[in-house]
Amino acid sequence: MQESVLQAEDLDLLIQAIRGEGYQLLGPVLRDHAIVYDKVESAADLPRGWTDEQEKGTYRVKRRDDDAYFGYAAGPHSWKKFLQLPRRPVWRAQKGNHGVAITEIVEEAPAMAFLGVRSCELHAIATQDRVFVDDKYRNDSYANRRAKLFMVAVNCTSAAATCFCTSMNTGPEITLPSDLAMTEVIDGEAHYFLIKSGSSRGERVLQQLPVKPAIKDQVQRARNAVERTAQQMARGPRSFDSSDLKALLYRNYESPSWDQVADRCLSCANCTMACPTCFCSTVEDTTDLSGDHAERWERWDSCFTGDFTYISGGSVRADTRSRYRQWMTHKLATWHDQFGRSGCVGCGRCIAWCPVGIDLTEEVARIRELDKS
Amino acid sequence: MIPALLRIDRRSEEYAGTFTLHLSADDGGALPEFMPGQFNMLYAFGTGEVAISMSGSPTGDKGYVHTVRVHGLATQALGRLREGEQIGVRGPFGQGWPLDQVEDRDLLIIAGGLGLAPLRPLIYSLLNGNWKARRVRIFYGARRPEERLYREELPRWSEVFELRQSVDHADTAWPGHIGVITGPLQMAEVDIQSAMAFICGPEIMMRFCIQALRSKGVAESNIYLSMERNMKCAIGHCGHCQWGPNFICKDGPVFCYRDIQSWFQIRAL
Repeated sequence: MQESVLQAEDLDLLIQAIRGEGYQLLGPVLRDHAIVYDKVESAADLPRGWTDEQEKGTYRVKRRDDDAYFGYAAGPHSWKKFLQLPRRPVWRAQKGNHGVAITEIVEEAPAMAFLGVRSCELHAIATQDRVFVDDKYRNDSYANRRAKLFMVAVNCTSAAATCFCTSMNTGPEITLPSDLAMTEVIDGEAHYFLIKSGSSRGERVLQQLPVKPAIKDQVQRARNAVERTAQQMARGPRSFDSSDLKALLYRNYESPSWDQVADRCLSCANCTMACPTCFCSTVEDTTDLSGDHAERWERWDSCFTGDFTYISGGSVRADTRSRYRQWMTHKLATWHDQFGRSGCVGCGRCIAWCPVGIDLTEEVARIRELDKS
Repeated sequence: MIPALLRIDRRSEEYAGTFTLHLSADDGGALPEFMPGQFNMLYAFGTGEVAISMSGSPTGDKGYVHTVRVHGLATQALGRLREGEQIGVRGPFGQGWPLDQVEDRDLLIIAGGLGLAPLRPLIYSLLNGNWKARRVRIFYGARRPEERLYREELPRWSEVFELRQSVDHADTAWPGHIGVITGPLQMAEVDIQSAMAFICGPEIMMRFCIQALRSKGVAESNIYLSMERNMKCAIGHCGHCQWGPNFICKDGPVFCYRDIQSWFQIRAL
């Protein structure tokens, strides 16, 4: 596909073109000292000139020394909140003279457009697709939202210290399909997006923009920017070989490292809420005061909660050791057997948003070290 | 996926805190067929859903039968339902017992306590001749003689099959074995070439039964067991019933021991 150049000052035209196609545009905005995903109405809503500093248990936004629109890494939000809703009504039940009637709550799925989807996030969405769309049973709420989704993917041209997509083979370069894929380039006075379409819907939007065919040098600069990001991660402490993770964890269910991590883990569930692939949910059944009207709601749940595994006789995973082991082993090992892929995309959210700074990659390294001895 | 509303035709008390519901469609129509070993999600209005095994005959009548022990809020609410009232039902779900493999087998059906409930559809299938094994033995362990399920049916089963019963506690009026069910199982002669065991009960009981069977030389591939875990959705979406790489709801609840033995050994999985 021929790549084109969209000047940075024309970015708002892209936003308006997507909105003009009838999509509700969602993208990065700066709020509460974090870059989160919310409604975007114009380019002015984007976190232009902002980035983030991340480390174990640390996330801080700070000013960049340029005007990059997409110069940040994965924040506290992931796109899953728009696809697998954190809380949604499933059915209503009404008791009447002729018995009970149960009515499924079917929403008219909104046509959403995500602006600024990273490569690791495309992988995360594909990972959830495998669970909710491509398995034996379908989650209709998710599937209907997903079917209408328009995605503008943006290559990463800088990585946070917590990023390890290169270890999980999910980035930083976009390799999965999207409607539009862009790379932001800032070089001296130049500030532009290399852009190409990946679908007819994307092509229709692209046609409306004042783009010019990219020349070789412009393409090369964009490639270099992504390549630098890959190298930055490859040099970092969270670069590791993930090819043997399943076997490693399968033979280490009784590793002493689980006791060590359990001493620090608060079982708070933050990692599972921040994770873009964690899909667990629970349901709440309620009635109103009359007792004649009942509802069922589905909401996100976490394998770190006490009642998650409750059966008669108590919780199967009664301690933090077994819960952390479940979470990490599911993510990195059993997921392969369940869905033919890893459940981890290397976005690093679980590292930054752990209140006690537990680092999944360090825990892997610890298990590997003890495995050798 | 919303529950279908079925009518409670009959409710019977098995013993204190444990009851059996006979359900049918309001209009008398046919319900989705099921395999012995599968389960339904039973919904008590406004209170919650709980996974309960099929306990009725998979052929013949058009209804479902479920035996429930009162334990939490949902089962308490189910326990308050009376004949003629409605109950929400989703299902059937899961993988059942491999009935297509019992032909010419020396079949050992081993149940502990409520574990007899998921095995009863299988026993019905053998009783009515839909499936034929060469020899059928039922080992049933319970706490007390009066805490056995389906007491009025047991004499009939013992006429057709070999029924060995064991209870933990009993007075002198009890003619059977006293102790754990592994006792009678250990004493049984087993033709290891043709033996096939279907087990359902508390995990600790299944663990010791498998040990007994293995010590007799029964192959891992000829042992099947039914597992229990917390379930919310029953369709592999909510994540609650994960057990190693398995989802109990869609990959189980019945598993071949050969396939899950490494997971069965891990505590707090």
